[in-house]
Amino acid sequence: MNHMPALNRRAFVIGTAAVGTGLALGLDIPFGGPTVVRAADGSPEINAWVVIQPDDTVVIRIARSEMGQGTLTGLAQLVAEELECDWSKVTTEYPTPGQSVARKRVWGDFSTGGSRGIRTSNEYVRKGGATARMMLIQAAANEWKVPASECTAANSIITHTPSGRTTTYGKVAEAAAKVEPPTEVKLKDPKDWKLVGKGVKRLDTADKTTGKMTYGIDIKLPGMLNAAIKACPVFGGKLKSYDEAKAMGMKGVKKVVKVGDYAVAVVADTWWHAKTALEAMPIAWDEGENAKVSSASIAKWLEEGFDDSQPAFVGNENGDAKAAIAKAAKKVEAVYNYPYQNHATMEPMNATVLYTGDRCDVWCGTQNGEAAFAATLEASGLPADKCDVHKQILGGGFGRRGQTDYVRQAVAIAKQMPGTPIKLLWSREEDMQHGAYHPITQVKMTGAFDADNNLTALRMRISGQSILFSLRPEALVNGKDPATFAGLNATGEAAIGYSVPNLLIDHSMRNPHVPPGFWRGVNVNQNAIYLECFMDELAHAAGQDPLAFRRKLMATHPKHLAVLNAVAEKIGWDKPAPQGVFRGIAQHMGYGSYVAGAAEVSVTDSNKIKVHRIVAATDPGYAVNPAQIERQIAGSFVYGLTGLFYGGCTVKDGRIEQANFDTYNSMRIAEMPKVESIVMPSGGFWGGVGEPTICVAGPAVLNAYFAATGKRLRSVPLRDQNITFA
Amino acid sequence: MDWTNQKSQSMDWTNQGNAMANLTVNGKSFDVDVEPDTPLLWAIRENIGLTGTKYGCGIAQCGACTVHVDGVAMRSCGVLVSEAVGKKITTIEGLAGNGALHKVQQAWIANDVPQCGYCQSGMIMAVAALLKDNPKPTDQDIDDAITNICRCGTFKQVREAIHAAANV
Repeated sequence: MNHMPALNRRAFVIGTAAVGTGLALGLDIPFGGPTVVRAADGSPEINAWVVIQPDDTVVIRIARSEMGQGTLTGLAQLVAEELECDWSKVTTEYPTPGQSVARKRVWGDFSTGGSRGIRTSNEYVRKGGATARMMLIQAAANEWKVPASECTAANSIITHTPSGRTTTYGKVAEAAAKVEPPTEVKLKDPKDWKLVGKGVKRLDTADKTTGKMTYGIDIKLPGMLNAAIKACPVFGGKLKSYDEAKAMGMKGVKKVVKVGDYAVAVVADTWWHAKTALEAMPIAWDEGENAKVSSASIAKWLEEGFDDSQPAFVGNENGDAKAAIAKAAKKVEAVYNYPYQNHATMEPMNATVLYTGDRCDVWCGTQNGEAAFAATLEASGLPADKCDVHKQILGGGFGRRGQTDYVRQAVAIAKQMPGTPIKLLWSREEDMQHGAYHPITQVKMTGAFDADNNLTALRMRISGQSILFSLRPEALVNGKDPATFAGLNATGEAAIGYSVPNLLIDHSMRNPHVPPGFWRGVNVNQNAIYLECFMDELAHAAGQDPLAFRRKLMATHPKHLAVLNAVAEKIGWDKPAPQGVFRGIAQHMGYGSYVAGAAEVSVTDSNKIKVHRIVAATDPGYAVNPAQIERQIAGSFVYGLTGLFYGGCTVKDGRIEQANFDTYNSMRIAEMPKVESIVMPSGGFWGGVGEPTICVAGPAVLNAYFAATGKRLRSVPLRDQNITFA
Repeated sequence: MDWTNQKSQSMDWTNQGNAMANLTVNGKSFDVDVEPDTPLLWAIRENIGLTGTKYGCGIAQCGACTVHVDGVAMRSCGVLVSEAVGKKITTIEGLAGNGALHKVQQAWIANDVPQCGYCQSGMIMAVAALLKDNPKPTDQDIDDAITNICRCGTFKQVREAIHAAANV
């Protein structure tokens, strides 16, 4: 059933959390010394990040995962900037987590979530490039018997300035690999960047247009069999029994296996045979108490969290909001909610495993190679030097592939068929109904005004689910989930952009049995709708323009204000909108970046919304590749607006009702607004770009809908209020 | 471990019985041992071994599995093998001709369209069919014809690249 947080809850540490342990116990193969470390083709490693082949090809190692967000290209730009190599000769490769463990985590963190890919690794990857450049120059200088200080490098060519002699990286790579790495490495001043900051094309496009790109689902191993799986449709339920003989009698079926105590898989020659047999096989479940839970029962439980007598964690507080509200001249109240949402990556969850009894190899798309590796060790029972994870390009991640459930399942199946490679692929239905869902929350918003229409207090009482409680309980702070307050904190990388004399934002944590996960944007999605739609309500109640009302509260938040002003100017906030078109505006902060959006919509029959245009601005501090950032902004709006209009997973009898794209729709090109992006890096900090902008599209559109109709929409998705795209 | 790159090696199930269907894919003839009600998608991916055509939903909603059947864009998860016998099937692997990429593929590269790329095989096949029938589509034509799902949200670049390909 539903769980309230308990102080002594057993810390069940899985996934990312287990990585530390896995690595601490990992191998300790000595590297370095006089021998050169070589890539698979024999080319010398200058260091862990850079391999130079004799023909001057530069191979840059990328530890983070590419799932469409462009991190692979951005990280390569950062290394190449300092390396001073010829960009046209750059290729990339993934080191494996097993190799990383064996080399004392030389590639650092593999996790690719929270828009961290570039912002948390830029410094050490740039250092990797700079170090390699210095070693290559030193090798050339040694050969020429001149001081390295007289040599420069550009475009993979080293020049001895006084004599004009030149050589190439490919020619000195072998010698450079033996040069002692410099102890002091100075990185370029950002103003001197030539490649970083340029909107160069992605490095991974060509194969995505010809069908050549290999995703996890495309892996083929000799003798491989295919598995289809069904887990108990009620989360937390168990497998009771199944009619094995029925499946075994069907074409192509090789074996039926239990997976843990909650799932069963059919293994067959082809996946189509496995899926067909699985669907034909009668299965009985022990659904347990959770089968009584419904969307209505969850909503009721969350509503009870608005009661001040219920315990709550305070996320942000100044002044005395309760007292100020009590003596307000005018009070505004509203309740909003945000539902469960499935990630619906285009490529359903899958992993291919070869377990031989003394070795276990996994091929899969994962947002966290090290977490997948730790899961492999745990599920196989084998030590780190007997396992590895071979990462594939992801057919979408959005947070879902930070989880390792599908890896554990695939290993569990393969363990029951040692020596036979097994590819486990989830059907879309399995994927839709066994997600790691955007957490469900509601909020009660209260605003107080004095007699002069000044906002004296703001109260946000959030009630609902914590992601960290389920996935990373060790990250809770005295029981509180700090991530819940994304974009609402007093300071930090997800700080609120308003100053209100009396403020209270607190969270009554209620964790239903539906498993939550990190869903692109995570908690900024609902928090931006809650705060920015309510700001619009407050402006309206005060009889003020929504932009002017916000500006008055943002005097001490210049970076929040700058992006808001940028979108207001570009959309022409001060000028009338075209006939029949209405505007809404919003701003927020997440993942270290400041973001704002302004939307233009028209509404027909009060329930068909045409989103004509969204202007977006982001200040991520530094913009490594503005062309890819623009694509992330436009793409995030598709994901975010899909969530707003269509993205609700409802619970009936303890299970998710939606099973495929016919009931869980996704935006098409006809519904896509024009997106105009303003990338305005102000320097001095590193913010993310994959997620933050996603959260401003929803409130900007909802506020524009109010401007058009005078009606507030406070419940997501709009699908359930019979509102759709025009 | 280089096993993952054996893309050309198709699975050989011929020891399991006689081939039951003959399919013509990308100009080549394949005898495949599958039940006639097997979706074409899975015959292409698992029996013929061409994995550029992707599984996304299995109910003809998302378009990731789009191929050309006698020149018409169809969602191969919704086409039975028995319906495809005797037809000319083209997959993403067969779109390029005479060693040159199709103009849609070229426009996709020039406009840096794909993000994760998983839906793009189907998107490109749908667009190639559109441009064959309608060489200069309007935005409205594009809205009406291209209904593929892209979760990364590449629609802005997709639209730009369609117009670019139309103007080649």
